[in-house]
Amino acid sequence: MAAPPVLPKLVGQRVKRREDPRLIQGRATYVDDIALVGMQHLAFKRSDVAHGRIRSIDTRAAKVMDGVEAVFTGAEIAELLAPMPIGTPFPSPEHRAVAVDTVRYGGEPVAVVVASDRYVARDAADAIVVSYETLPAVVDPELAMTGKPTVIHPAFPNNLAVALVPSGTGVSASGSVDDSAINEAFAKADVVISQRMVNQRLAPTTMEPRGVVAHYEPGKGSMTIWSSTQNPHILRTFIAALTGLGQDQVRAIAPEVGGGFGSKINIYGEEYVAAAISKHLGIPVKWSEDRSEAFVATTHGRDILGYVDLAAKSDGTVLGLKLRLIADIGAYNMLLTAAIPTLTMLMASATYNIPAIRATLTEVFTNKTPTDAYRGAGRPEATYFVERAMDMLARELKMDPAELRRKNFIKPHQFPFATQMGAVYDSGDYEKALDLALKNAQWDRLKTERDAARAQGRLVGLGLSMYVEVCGVGPSSTLPTGGWEHSQVTIERDGRISATTGASPHGQGNETTFAQMLADQFGVPLEHITILHGDTGVVKQGIGTFGSRSQAVGGTAVHMAGAKVKSKMAKFAAALLEAHEDDLVFQNGMISVKGSPASGKSFASVAGYAYRPVPLPEGLEPGLSDEAFFEPANNTYPFGCHISMVEIDRQTGEPTLLKLVAVDDAGHLINPLIVEGQIHGGLAQGIGQAMIEEVVYNEDGQLLTGSFMDYAIPRAGDFPRFELDATVTPTPLNPLGAKGVGEAGTLGSTPCIVAAVVDALSEFGVKHIDMMLRPEKLWRIIHQGQGGQS
Amino acid sequence: MISTPFEYSRAMSLDDALAKLRATNGEGKFIAGGHSLVPLMKLRLSEPKVLIDIARIPGLSGIRTKGDKIEIGAGTSHHDVASSALLQQVCPMVAEAAAEIGDPQVRNRGTLGGSLAHADPAADYPAVMLALDAEIHVKGPKGWRMVHAHDFFRGLFTVDLAADEIIAGVQFNPVRSAAYAKLHQRASHFAIVGVAVALDVNNGVIRSARIGLTGASSYATRLKDVEEALAGKALSMPNIEAAARLAGALLEDVNSDIHASQEYRRAMIPVFTERALKGAMSRALARIQ
Ligand SMILES: Cc1cc2nc3c(=O)[nH]c(=O)nc-3n(C[C@H](O)[C@H](O)[C@H](O)COP(=O)(O)OP(=O)(O)OC[C@H]3O[C@@H](n4cnc5c(N)ncnc54)[C@H](O)[C@@H]3O)c2cc1C
Repeated sequence: MAAPPVLPKLVGQRVKRREDPRLIQGRATYVDDIALVGMQHLAFKRSDVAHGRIRSIDTRAAKVMDGVEAVFTGAEIAELLAPMPIGTPFPSPEHRAVAVDTVRYGGEPVAVVVASDRYVARDAADAIVVSYETLPAVVDPELAMTGKPTVIHPAFPNNLAVALVPSGTGVSASGSVDDSAINEAFAKADVVISQRMVNQRLAPTTMEPRGVVAHYEPGKGSMTIWSSTQNPHILRTFIAALTGLGQDQVRAIAPEVGGGFGSKINIYGEEYVAAAISKHLGIPVKWSEDRSEAFVATTHGRDILGYVDLAAKSDGTVLGLKLRLIADIGAYNMLLTAAIPTLTMLMASATYNIPAIRATLTEVFTNKTPTDAYRGAGRPEATYFVERAMDMLARELKMDPAELRRKNFIKPHQFPFATQMGAVYDSGDYEKALDLALKNAQWDRLKTERDAARAQGRLVGLGLSMYVEVCGVGPSSTLPTGGWEHSQVTIERDGRISATTGASPHGQGNETTFAQMLADQFGVPLEHITILHGDTGVVKQGIGTFGSRSQAVGGTAVHMAGAKVKSKMAKFAAALLEAHEDDLVFQNGMISVKGSPASGKSFASVAGYAYRPVPLPEGLEPGLSDEAFFEPANNTYPFGCHISMVEIDRQTGEPTLLKLVAVDDAGHLINPLIVEGQIHGGLAQGIGQAMIEEVVYNEDGQLLTGSFMDYAIPRAGDFPRFELDATVTPTPLNPLGAKGVGEAGTLGSTPCIVAAVVDALSEFGVKHIDMMLRPEKLWRIIHQGQGGQS
Repeated sequence: MISTPFEYSRAMSLDDALAKLRATNGEGKFIAGGHSLVPLMKLRLSEPKVLIDIARIPGLSGIRTKGDKIEIGAGTSHHDVASSALLQQVCPMVAEAAAEIGDPQVRNRGTLGGSLAHADPAADYPAVMLALDAEIHVKGPKGWRMVHAHDFFRGLFTVDLAADEIIAGVQFNPVRSAAYAKLHQRASHFAIVGVAVALDVNNGVIRSARIGLTGASSYATRLKDVEEALAGKALSMPNIEAAARLAGALLEDVNSDIHASQEYRRAMIPVFTERALKGAMSRALARIQ
């Protein structure tokens, strides 16, 4: 008999994503594919004014249409549903899922139709007539802060959602503020860089818009809710709370989810309304967001204004940083809205040892779609503000941008490093990432190429940026839901393995990476492992996937649960083999005594024995299934360095990205192929933000970028081939040494591209240009000497 | 993003299409590629009760020679125009412009006839048709009619085409020394400014030039002042550059939107006029050699 093939170790290998064939062949089930007997369809009537008092709503024509089951106005929904909760400790105005008397942004729901199909529902929504007393709208946060021309929520004077939170050096936990250190830093400085910078508003634009199916079964008194969400367990908690059910009575299912980028963390009004209507009428109901709705009804991201002051000595040593942040959060607080800009404050030290930092944060209501998490969520903003300022400092001091960074890095021996902002960075070697990026990009040669191009009159520039981000979100103190993750690993009686994870994937490839880990742990083929997720009826506990946590936190829980089951399985195997459990090895589908593989039992036969344990080894219960909760001790802090080369068309101002070199350090990589995919996606969105993406409103609060005809997202053809590489600095905070990588690409790419464009236009004396880098904006700098905001 | 209800039927010939349209009493519309009409219907800006699909009428699509002329059927997709070996050989500007339309999905579905009938102010073909002085062949209840491109485009989304008429195709004399240059709007890839140039060159002298401009105004127009400045001049860089500088100067109606202000658009007209002229010039020179 031929020896069984030796199974390769899979962790660290470029294993192709197991989930892709079904996703790219149209065989996956999304929320919109769910159909239940008797299911009715919802359509929302939405406000077409940005700010107004509802004078009247006439639903008569809609109600009598064929196929219309019911129509609810905001007031009627309010009888079924309490105001929507938020997930942050900040004060928040009342927010009804369907507006009752005032609308505060274009697209806010004002009524909802229940009908036999989607088309009738939409026609009926069209037939509802709403009359508004239009109120003045405000879209500029700095204007809104003056209380003019309108106050959006009467209980929040001057539209201040969060008046002013100070943080950093000299700010105590009790909130007392001592300015001496920061003032001293600026007093000692040879040079101070001061710049107002806008990190513009973006639309998350997932490929699959949102959707929900709610099915309350009156006979059972329980609810099943399918939703395109990143976190079914959190959805369950909130839906239960608002529908008056117990958490045991609600089952939340996230089937296939076509992208989230942070916008599907929030629990939305449409989800609450679907649940409430289903419970009220006792029928299943479905709502599927269309793309026009997605642009107004799904949370936006970023929109933070930063006033940055950076103080340094003439040799480039940074002495202090002041960061005054104004976040335009739109019309309401959503689940995490208020917390996102606090992450910008938290990360204000970036990769640098800055001895004094003062950040302040003000959050402002405007008549726009509410903001919430968007890929990077607060950290790209911090990276952008600090890296732009560092770049300006390098230019001011005529230093190489790489050397200025090198001078100010937190050094490897300083980790764990507590920043002035209260973050404790776990591990890092920033210089190593910088050096590898410089080497891969051939930095000095690029400079020569740039200078040669310039000598021919071309506008070519180079940009460099470092980043560090906070990932592996937990621990529990940082989230109202808790910050752990959970897994249950079961060896079935046929020797196959199922593992649940609460880190509900929507593009992260957990079905592959988690199976790679288990395959190595148990010495079985990848094909014998199924990763179960996205269903609170199957996955007993969980938090969800956001904050680049699925591998570092979710993966660790899987690993821990696997270890528990393995230890029990070893006891069964030890009984069969009459050996000591510590002497056993699991490999190639066998469990055998170390050194004598021939003596072993097949993995499946040991599993079978565990389920029909005759005789039952002493002290053991039958079966092979165990669970683990992983509570991370702290966050992980991956980092990296991005370098870009850009050329600008002198005649038109159009920028073209010629080169992008990235070195990312996410600790140990379970699957470098998947990691690269994540970085590619992040880079695309980061470059998109720098170059072509921007949500634009007019002064009346009308959205001008309400479709893909006007809101650009990058396409493959917009990019050069990305040149990626990695350094590996493991985290000590989990047994995998993995840090998290889902958002990384959005951090380094944006400032590095703006830096390259500023460099390309340096002959015009420009020091900073706000994103997005519209050709017209660059053309004005070239042709009209409008030197950005210098 | 959901249209109002409509009925659908498929026409098998031009006459069948016209008859089916007549039967709708003004409530019907032709649909070809659907890439202008369907977006409008989804936003409920257009609410036809009946759609008559003309995409599969035999003979309505195709690119062929007709005597000295080239004929392109109204139902020809942008992709087929872009990849036509015949056009690349005798009149490459048309293929070049088609290749710049939208993205591959749009080019696979969208048609020449639909583009001309819809007459989006930022569409590419209108400029090309003006530069070629194409004849647009139209059939209606009263039979056939031919309209010159310069009479066809009348205003914002407005062309010389009655509601009960159908475009069958276009014919034009192929011009090799012609080129198209376009500034793309990054979201839709429609033209912020698009300029089509066709030169008639003899012995190094520009006998005449025709220049179509799109994207800049509410409808595509000819840049007559530049055409006049070029006529009779030697085909040379300085002459081209000097003439291009005039482009758009007399234009009163210049668009402005979030993608490009009036000032920027105006400034881009000479830039892309010059680029198109240079493209045409290099084709003219390649021909001489
Ligand atoms: C994302 C996107 C990007 C685009 N980018 C560009 C671009 O860069 N440049 C560009 O030029 N265009 C662009 N377009 C428009 C595209 O070229 C359309 O395909 C074209 O404008 C319409 O052609 P169609 O066959 O799709 O027409 P349809 O949408 O089917 O019809 C449009 C109108 O024309 C009428 N019609 C159609 N055929 C005829 C006919 N033979 N006779 C009479 N009436 C007729 C219809 O009744 C309808 O009113 C873009 C479209 C999209 C969706």
